[in-house]
Amino acid sequence: MLLSLTIICVVAGTLLAWVNTMTEGPIALSKAAALEEAIKNVTPPFDNNPVAEAYTTESSDGSPLLIYPATQNGIPVGVAVETYTMNGFSGEIRLIVGFDTDGKIINYSILQHAETPGLGSKMMDWFKTDKNKQSIVGRSLASGNLKVAKDGGDVDAITASTITSRAFLEAVNRAYSVYAGTDASTGTTGVDGESGATEQVDGETGATETEEGGEL
Amino acid sequence: MNNMKVLVNGILKENPVFALLLGMCPTLGTTSSALNGMAMGLATTFVLICSNVVISSLKSLIPDQVRIPAFIVVIATFVTVVQMCMEAYVPALYASLGLFIPLIVVNCIVLGRAEAFAAKNSIFPSLFDGIGIGLGFTFALTLLGAVRELFGTGNLFGFSFMPEEYGSLIFVLAPGAFIALGYLIAIINKLRKA
Repeated sequence: MLLSLTIICVVAGTLLAWVNTMTEGPIALSKAAALEEAIKNVTPPFDNNPVAEAYTTESSDGSPLLIYPATQNGIPVGVAVETYTMNGFSGEIRLIVGFDTDGKIINYSILQHAETPGLGSKMMDWFKTDKNKQSIVGRSLASGNLKVAKDGGDVDAITASTITSRAFLEAVNRAYSVYAGTDASTGTTGVDGESGATEQVDGETGATETEEGGEL
Repeated sequence: MNNMKVLVNGILKENPVFALLLGMCPTLGTTSSALNGMAMGLATTFVLICSNVVISSLKSLIPDQVRIPAFIVVIATFVTVVQMCMEAYVPALYASLGLFIPLIVVNCIVLGRAEAFAAKNSIFPSLFDGIGIGLGFTFALTLLGAVRELFGTGNLFGFSFMPEEYGSLIFVLAPGAFIALGYLIAIINKLRKA
């Protein structure tokens, strides 16, 4: 009894170890390819290796965000920021946002999400579709964070997926805060001047930031 | 001849979803689109065939007292193999189904067939039982996924059939899965009696 179970487990373990070594390479490759593809999508043409030159910057809530700098002939042309939000409808959303040197959003690409298919998952294309006020492409966040129309902003949320839209914009805002070097982050509602708990971060760059107040 | 009967039996008379009502978790969870349903069905079919064959060939070696742990180890091994291969070679599919693949381990269809069929029959009938039940499951999941995708988003296998505005969101969400499944079972029962 013990013997047969042991044998079965040993055989199963060996098989799994073998398959693991077989698939390890392709899995790493496909992940790297997906990341590279995403970076290419969101930055202007570059000739360096952003993945190799990536560095981490911490946002104000202490979460490290990866930044991939893109340069052409040694001149910076833009950056891709890998950002995330935990406030999605179904957990974490990871995405990569590209900014040009003026701080304008070039494009974005969703790396990982578990949003409802047919609803929240529309964010893959929604925010780059040029229709009404959907698109965030070409926008600059210098004048304040992006917000959905329902919260007084000027971005149209995905129909029936406001929570996903808020979370998405929160991630974009977080990416921008890191890009701009100001440690402003968290909160889907951003800087709007009138209602802001000022969060002193490191003495010289204080960021005005409204804390999320149970709006979901 | 007999094997054919076993095969057809799994697809029609003992269809795991429409007749046995087994494996409801993946059925309702993964069928938000026809393609997802089909992929989940095929992944389960692969595991089912492998585990049925292995278990029926090992049945004399496995003592009765430890047969359930032994079955689970065999099934879990195949599921992990499927998961790793899927992640390596079809990452796009893995991105949408990844969450549900490990659930095949606890899918009662796989363990149920191992216990009810493979442990009592020889290799070939077990192979055909695996194929039959697997195809039945794939068929059911694809059909359910197609209904939900069509009514929910107006698409079918990603092709647009009607404007999205006519789609009803509830079919994409969990309640729509129950409603669609209920009606499909009713229709199939009616057809079967006729």
